[in-house]
Amino acid sequence: MDVVWFLVLSAFIFCIGAAGVIVRRDPLVILLCLELMLNGGNLALIAFARMHGGEAGQIFALIVMVIAACEVTIGLGMIVAMYRNRLRIDVDEMSELRG
Amino acid sequence: MWFEQVLFFITATGALAGALGVVLLRNPFYCVLSLVAHLVALAVLFLLLQAAFLAAAQVVVYAGAVMVLYVFVVAYIGGQDEAMRADDSLVSSFGPLFAAAIAVELSFALIGTGLEALDTRGAEVGPGFGSPGQIGALLLRRFLVPFEAASYLLLVAAVGAVVLARRRRGLEEPPPPRREAPARERLEVQA
Repeated sequence: MDVVWFLVLSAFIFCIGAAGVIVRRDPLVILLCLELMLNGGNLALIAFARMHGGEAGQIFALIVMVIAACEVTIGLGMIVAMYRNRLRIDVDEMSELRG
Repeated sequence: MWFEQVLFFITATGALAGALGVVLLRNPFYCVLSLVAHLVALAVLFLLLQAAFLAAAQVVVYAGAVMVLYVFVVAYIGGQDEAMRADDSLVSSFGPLFAAAIAVELSFALIGTGLEALDTRGAEVGPGFGSPGQIGALLLRRFLVPFEAASYLLLVAAVGAVVLARRRRGLEEPPPPRREAPARERLEVQA
């Protein structure tokens, strides 16, 4: 398979994720769409690593996975805190940072 | 190799369908399951790109551990269906337009790039390319500093999540008795 196919696929996944981040209102689903965008980037990194013939791109993708895991833990912690404070789980309602 | 191409198109269709499911399904629980399908399809694509260790990490860490965390939180906060946006909302029409604009732009970037290697199968690599041994050797030698930084970042994120999600006693009014109706239903009752 040519590398360009993987890059086109990663671009599509990234765009679908970006549309989801804008359109959806549930912060949980927004986090899921962020995962989609990060995975699109990961696929491009690994495709470029294959094209280049070096493994540095794979290490980069591994670090991106770590960043995604951190983002998930913090984001889910914030969602649970919103639920505990009996706020509506809706980004349109959440316009201020003050707890 | 026709087998590789067939496998690519099947898994690419699966990955795209999973991604569309995350965006289009209304129930957050189904969104999470759709993302799991997407991640597994993506792991097969990683295998096609000879990133064996990353494919395993994708399945074990992402589709296994992180998604279980999502499922727990969806179960905890109730996972109600998301209410539809008002039809006259500017955002709901702007989102797909924005995504289409990025897609067009990325396509132009891919077409216009001068990288001739894009239309090949990539560089010649040995059989050990992307194996756990190679990745581990790189992580502990050439990329030791990013590796350590990532581990500290994980530690900070774990502590931060505990701090964010703990019950804050003494900082505010004692909360009303718990285990009542969720906040959204209470608001509707008051209205």
